[in-house]
Amino acid sequence: MTAKPILIRSGRLIDPATNTDAARDLLIRDGKVADLSAPGKIKAGGADVIDANGLVVAPGLIDIHVHLREPGEGYKETIATGTAAAAAGGFTTVCAMPNTIPVNDTPEITRWMQAPERGAAIRVLPIAAATLESNGETLTNYAALKDAGAIAVTDDGRPILGDAIMLEALRAATRVGLPVIQHAEDTRLTGGCSMNAGALAFRLGLRGMPVEAESSLVERDIALVRQVPKAHLHVAHISTKKAVDAVRSARQAGLRVTCEVTPHHFALTEEHVGRYDTNAKMNPPLRAEADRQAMIEGLLDGTIDAIATDHAPHAAHEKEQEFDRAPNGITGLETALGLAIRILHLQHKMPLAKVLALFTTRPAQALGLKGPGTLAPGAPADLVLFDPLAKWTFHAADSKSKSKNTPFDGWELSARVHATISAGHIVCRRD
Amino acid sequence: MAKTRRPSRTPQKSAALPFFSQPIHPGSAISAADFTVPEVRRILQTADALEKENPFRRARRLAKRRVALLFYESSTRTRTSFELAAKALGADTTLVSSLSSSIEKGESLKDTGITLKALGAECIILRSPYSGAPYLLARATGLPVLNAGDGMAEHPSQALLDLRTMLQFLEIPARRISEKALRGVTISIVGDILHSRVARSNALLLPKLGAKVILCGPPELLPDSAACMTPGLIVERDFDAALRASTIVMMLRIQAERLAGLQIDLNEYRARYQANSDRIAAQAPKALILHPGPIIRGMEITAEVADGPQSAIAQQVHNGVAIRIALLVRALGNSAARTKKGGRR
Repeated sequence: MTAKPILIRSGRLIDPATNTDAARDLLIRDGKVADLSAPGKIKAGGADVIDANGLVVAPGLIDIHVHLREPGEGYKETIATGTAAAAAGGFTTVCAMPNTIPVNDTPEITRWMQAPERGAAIRVLPIAAATLESNGETLTNYAALKDAGAIAVTDDGRPILGDAIMLEALRAATRVGLPVIQHAEDTRLTGGCSMNAGALAFRLGLRGMPVEAESSLVERDIALVRQVPKAHLHVAHISTKKAVDAVRSARQAGLRVTCEVTPHHFALTEEHVGRYDTNAKMNPPLRAEADRQAMIEGLLDGTIDAIATDHAPHAAHEKEQEFDRAPNGITGLETALGLAIRILHLQHKMPLAKVLALFTTRPAQALGLKGPGTLAPGAPADLVLFDPLAKWTFHAADSKSKSKNTPFDGWELSARVHATISAGHIVCRRD
Repeated sequence: MAKTRRPSRTPQKSAALPFFSQPIHPGSAISAADFTVPEVRRILQTADALEKENPFRRARRLAKRRVALLFYESSTRTRTSFELAAKALGADTTLVSSLSSSIEKGESLKDTGITLKALGAECIILRSPYSGAPYLLARATGLPVLNAGDGMAEHPSQALLDLRTMLQFLEIPARRISEKALRGVTISIVGDILHSRVARSNALLLPKLGAKVILCGPPELLPDSAACMTPGLIVERDFDAALRASTIVMMLRIQAERLAGLQIDLNEYRARYQANSDRIAAQAPKALILHPGPIIRGMEITAEVADGPQSAIAQQVHNGVAIRIALLVRALGNSAARTKKGGRR
């Protein structure tokens, strides 16, 4: 279905891909950016007009790490509800992790996730399993998965520990031009653990995950990348200073190692576990303040390539359990932009364009996505309109996600999304 | 039918609040860290007063009130003394344990709590293998929850009965409990601190009264970070040094069920950390020896020490009933007094 043309008038267009930060009118036609001119230059014609005076107009946000729970766990989230939450948060592209039931380890499941019947509001790019059933034993068919639309391979929550199989994965992925994403956790060091190791875990009587469980696997993976020319390793949801330091020196050595951080790892610390609040339980766990500061530093100096939510919806009955029994993860699609602008832009003075780059051009580059992430004429009409000065309160109950497991319920956030447009269609509108 | 007979002290469970913001009933006893010094004094004074009270009069205090004991782990001392305490106050008790209930069928703690409340329970005593479980139960039910031990986290009633035993030894009456009451007193807690909820609750409670607390054990059972729990804690690896400094020594067993693959050389452990007669006679001939039980004779403590003149292990168990009587009265009020137009507090 072709949507009516849309003319967005008088917005402040920020496109990190083209280094633009200026007042512009933007015309959308046939799902693409058709024209971009100084205010008043484009005639409305038959187009719907959106007045974007006072709003930022930016490329639609890209989240390279979400769990949409389909197939298999539709009671937590569906592709339709997860992408509706994404649209409400300003995202127009999400990359869906393969830890579904069954695991997305075949081209059939990869295609099923992208089928129109799933009712996705925005673009869904599947990330396929790196090994069959994510068992860490036999590689999946990377060429066939790429043909079916997969943009990377990973075993996400079940990290690849074996040196030989990880090396094999890096070689096979490099041959077909896919990145290998690793959830860096040496699970031999984290059995039975449910929060960050340290004095607080001791006090609460919980077993703690040491920072070395993350950093040692990042260091091991970097050593393997050295053995495979042109290999691309992407470190998922980095959370420790040690791991960020390892990525920084790998990059300085010219290796293709990228990484992402979640908003909660630069917004919260382990103190938020409080009295065993399972909405502060995730993997990697919330860390100490020094690690949180290292995440902000890594974002400011460019070591960290992207902000990704690790949106991980769980039903209330699963989270309202004893801390050790509750599943890991929180929702994040509707709070990511507001947290990033509040913390990085307002508190740490990161320019708005640089914050937006962490949600657009840089994740697109990090995972080699072609198309999304810019508003140059001819690009897909994926964009977000938001008020950068607005302060608003996030209420979990109002979330579009099926699940409400968030530690940010009741938080005052910055930057209110007014509209999200995906392929020329308005998928979220809030006036 | 669901029927709460005295809802006045039950905070209204607010539907508007998210689950993890639901209030905890103020009559709950979940963490020793939450007790103020005046509260500790009141609890120990109540324990003294009610221990001496005429049993028939005492049995009117919580007559026919409903107390549920929800036990997901085995227990001898704690369960029996909570039960005797409730019965001494005239309450009806019911025991739900994991081997004979719907817990086995996979019913969640939250649903089990809601079920007990619907059956009329006004207070729940919980023992759980999971740290923090009493908070979940308190949020889910709005009822006062008494923590009878949660995972590796806390065992606050044990800390209070240990305190009562210490004060008896030091001849300090409950009315003199203050921030300075234990000034100059050094208490060593020795052994498997990592897995011990008794150690945590004692370490959080005793410094509030001015005590110096030494935590003593090998690094694999006592990380250095333990000293960060609260001010007033010291980590000491040398048992003899700890003994020499101590007025009171609390021995702990190695919790085999929580070791999670950790390998301990038991012969070496015995050599370094066992309380035996030679060592006690040489290093701490006057110290009071405590142990929360169950004791493993010949491991952390020898029979001679456990049964010897310095040991107050039986006194600790005895004090459990009076402390738990006081905690139940604190949780549920005092119906005998209330029927007499307010009566005594």
